[in-house]
Amino acid sequence: MNTAINNKTSETISFWYDPDKRSILYQIGAACLFAFVAWYLISNTMANLERQSIATGFGFLNKEAAFEIGESLIEYSAADRYARALSVGFLNTLLVSFIGIFLTVILGTFLGVARLSKNWLINKCAAGYIELFQDIPILLQLFFWYAFFYEMLPSPRAALNPINGLFLCNRGLIFGIPQAHPVYKYMAIAVLIAVIIIFLLKKWAQKRQDLTGKAFPVFFTSIILIIGLPFVCWLFGGAPMDMSVPVLKGFNFKGGLTISPEFAALLLGLVLYTAAFVAEVVRAGIQAVSKGQTEAAMAIGLKPGQLLNLIILPQALRVIIPPLTSQMLNLTKNSSLAVAIGYPDFVSVAGTAINQTGQAIEGVMLIMIVYLIFSLSTSAFMNWYNKKMVIVER
Amino acid sequence: MELTKKNKGKVIVKPPISSIGIPGWIRENLFSSPFNTVLTIIIVSILWFSILPFLNWALIDSSWLPDANCRESDGACWSIISSNYKIILFGFYPQDILWRPITAIFLLVSLLFISRNRNYWNAFLGYSWIISLVIMGILLKGGILGLEAVDIERWGGIILTLLLSVFGLTAAYPLGVILALGRQSKMPVIKTFCVFYIELIRGVPLISLLFMSSVVFPLFLPEGVSINAILRAQIAIIMFTAAYVAEVVRGGLQGMNKGQFEAADSLGLNYFQTMRLIILPQALKIVIPPSVSVLISAFKDTSLVVIIGLYDLLKTTQTTLSEPKWMGFSAEAYIFIAIIYFVCCFFMSNYSRKLEKELDTGL
Amino acid sequence: MRLLKVLAVCLTVLAMSTFAMAGTLEDVRAKGWIQAGVNGSLFGFGKADEKGVWKGLDVDSARAVSVAVFGSPDKLKFTPLTAKTRFTALQSGEIDVLFRNCTQTLSRDTALGLDFCQVNYYDGQGFLIPKKLGVKSAKELDGATVCVLPGTTTEMNVADYFRANGMKMNPVVIEDTAELAKAFFAGRCDCLTSDASQLAGTRAVAPNPGDYMILPEIISKEPLAPAVRHGDNQWKDIVNYSVLALINAEELGITSKNVDEMLKSNDPKIKRFLGVTKGIGKAIGLDENFAYNIIKMVGNYGEIFERNVGINTQLGIERGLNALWTDGGLMYSPPFK
Repeated sequence: MNTAINNKTSETISFWYDPDKRSILYQIGAACLFAFVAWYLISNTMANLERQSIATGFGFLNKEAAFEIGESLIEYSAADRYARALSVGFLNTLLVSFIGIFLTVILGTFLGVARLSKNWLINKCAAGYIELFQDIPILLQLFFWYAFFYEMLPSPRAALNPINGLFLCNRGLIFGIPQAHPVYKYMAIAVLIAVIIIFLLKKWAQKRQDLTGKAFPVFFTSIILIIGLPFVCWLFGGAPMDMSVPVLKGFNFKGGLTISPEFAALLLGLVLYTAAFVAEVVRAGIQAVSKGQTEAAMAIGLKPGQLLNLIILPQALRVIIPPLTSQMLNLTKNSSLAVAIGYPDFVSVAGTAINQTGQAIEGVMLIMIVYLIFSLSTSAFMNWYNKKMVIVER
Repeated sequence: MELTKKNKGKVIVKPPISSIGIPGWIRENLFSSPFNTVLTIIIVSILWFSILPFLNWALIDSSWLPDANCRESDGACWSIISSNYKIILFGFYPQDILWRPITAIFLLVSLLFISRNRNYWNAFLGYSWIISLVIMGILLKGGILGLEAVDIERWGGIILTLLLSVFGLTAAYPLGVILALGRQSKMPVIKTFCVFYIELIRGVPLISLLFMSSVVFPLFLPEGVSINAILRAQIAIIMFTAAYVAEVVRGGLQGMNKGQFEAADSLGLNYFQTMRLIILPQALKIVIPPSVSVLISAFKDTSLVVIIGLYDLLKTTQTTLSEPKWMGFSAEAYIFIAIIYFVCCFFMSNYSRKLEKELDTGL
Repeated sequence: MRLLKVLAVCLTVLAMSTFAMAGTLEDVRAKGWIQAGVNGSLFGFGKADEKGVWKGLDVDSARAVSVAVFGSPDKLKFTPLTAKTRFTALQSGEIDVLFRNCTQTLSRDTALGLDFCQVNYYDGQGFLIPKKLGVKSAKELDGATVCVLPGTTTEMNVADYFRANGMKMNPVVIEDTAELAKAFFAGRCDCLTSDASQLAGTRAVAPNPGDYMILPEIISKEPLAPAVRHGDNQWKDIVNYSVLALINAEELGITSKNVDEMLKSNDPKIKRFLGVTKGIGKAIGLDENFAYNIIKMVGNYGEIFERNVGINTQLGIERGLNALWTDGGLMYSPPFK
């Protein structure tokens, strides 16, 4: 019977009405259209570049940049090449994104919890904050904070000096930091080692608990390790106490660490804006854990710490992490607005490069590639996480 | 009723005075535990010490009249707004015919207001939207019916902001639906293209697309053809928004019950009929609230065109701020446009929440 | 349906885009106006006043071109451009001519697909500082925070200058001229560096112009010239000779006030220039009296200079390099014959 119908269909349905064949036709048509559009755009571009004799290729990366950059994590001068200038921008983007994400998660969690508070005043304040900061464009907020910093704060010569060694003026926030010393390098290595030990320790503790049921205080051990190891390192290194203290010399402060108004405005704007969204994410995550879970956990006698660690957090995080990651990505993408307030992030440096070399296509391509790397690695992480977190139904 | 009958003859114990009424509410909501009490006190004192000076600055010590001498007062200088509101709101639009953009905006707002109520959602409303958009276009552009022609280059301020966001979303929505359908499609070529497009666009910041529109896009066109900068930015915004709309619509499509597809198939509907008559009407209804969120972000994101030098609301404000007379009053000017943005976004997000509730019970 | 939509979109885009297949001159004549790229926020060179009327030296030079082509100074539309978008706008055909205080350099002339025309302002880069800083020379600026526009020749010059003198600088780069000035006046930077003319323009809009001074050092050559697309020679000639006509008129002593009397002059140079003796108009493809019209409607170079940036304006710039060659400046026009 079945075969009969099938036979009949293939005989009577004409070529054009066969869904499979039609689908192939559609696809060929679409592919042709895409190919045509791509060819059209590329050929136009080539013709335009040729006609206007605009240089092409990434050869410019090897040329001398010849412009200065205000803030840099690595050594940079105008004599360096474009490639290095762009890496300065890239690192600046990473810096502001990392610090921004860190602060955003803290502030966002705080606000999200406040939003669920039984205290009416706190609840409403958090709600007002969330509404206010979500509904004003981030760029406007950045402009506001930037103008606020340079219009409200005094000049370096009249800098505010609230505590010793810390100055606040329209050149930024300047404070003393420990004088460079080789021991700090070893301290950083010590932190790294501590992290590795903690990781192994956690695995071992888990294993032991699975086998014997004995719990091991991983958390406290971790804290001791992560603070203790570098401290021991510092002691052995001769406990250097020298500080690099900022001093007003010439036009600006020399020594110490300067947080520029551009960086501060960008960071503040990004954190205040994104935290409003993160707060909503956190609130939704906590609300997603049903009250029965808490009650059940208490009924089987878990301590409050265990309740949070073993019951609430794993379930809330399952809901929180995906949107939280996308908010982190948003923050990173929004950091590109640095260009508007003069913080030398990747987009800003690439923009200058575009302008100096006239090679717009390569410049915009670089910008897109860098952000695509960010977002693709984020989604790779998300996929991994989602796979790991799939609820195993038994 | 039952209860009262049952309780008849028994002594009704009223709750203690401390747990009802205003004192009760305060106790319950502000001082329920020592920790909460401390928090309340901290918050109240923070508010007291920040809000009061702010109000003093903004309302009491402030100057409001145009051309007031602000530099001598300590308070806010709202004169910057009252002296320059025309240029801030409408950019370089000829100032003697401002009634035209004002009418157009009024039309837009009233239509939006009517569209809030879902009972009015019918074909008639659709037509009135189309007609009104045409009328708005004529009002702004002029050139016919005896109206003086105004170049698009002179549209500035809130006109440009609204133009970019309203047209951005109107054009992006169909495009986004097509992309979402393409992404769900069983045809690998089309699916790959749509996935590639959506992920590419969502992976990069809008500013890179705007850069592209301002410096790369012109190179794509054949020799001698050029598109005006506003239109190029508009295209970039449409491309950007479409990818986000696509993801929202995809959510709606994925939420559809498989039975709907099977039922449509069994009725003998083809793909387009299935989509047009069965799937999309339901899927799009589910995604109205998230679509409003996309609209809100699109509206906020139009402010980015300031970076490529278009005179939107933010840029006209900055132009005003660069006048020697008004230099240094950034806070006032930015607060003013922040209020405009806030009011618009607040109404939209409120509406989206309201809809979410309504639609939630419906499905 | 989908195809229809795509088609509709394409058509709309095409309808709203401008075709400029022919040479720029024919194209401009066909559409009836010249699209000129200008600065948009530089007082004295290109800025719209509060009524939206464009003013400045660059704007007036562009008006000269408009008069040459159309016989009217108002057949112009202005596109304000940032430093970043200016060259693309020209390359793409969005504008017909760029009058945006652009420095002519070899690499721009070659690698960017542009052709520069007659310089309409000889400039040099300097530093603007608040007087209270107490600095008397640019050599004392070691360690200073410098406000500079990104993507300009000035950004590279200042880096070169500080390097050459073994000094350190801390740049603050903000895209928009006006925003940069605002940051400078608020004290974000110790000095602002740019072309001297721009500095004068910026100083003029300071809340207290008297509090600022321009340092004596000029650290670079900045010949500011209008630019057209590479390869359109006829259009380049027109822009070129429209600007040169301004200079030539000043050399010949013709001003907007006396131009009508000058028509009766017996000097063959003046007769040829003003089109009394026919010839030059035909040669360049314009009206015979294009030079007359320019001077009548816009004025000569000296008038434009004094009106926009001269000593009696807020900018108060002396002629200096921009004086006629006969007065020790660089302004020199080839003969109109």
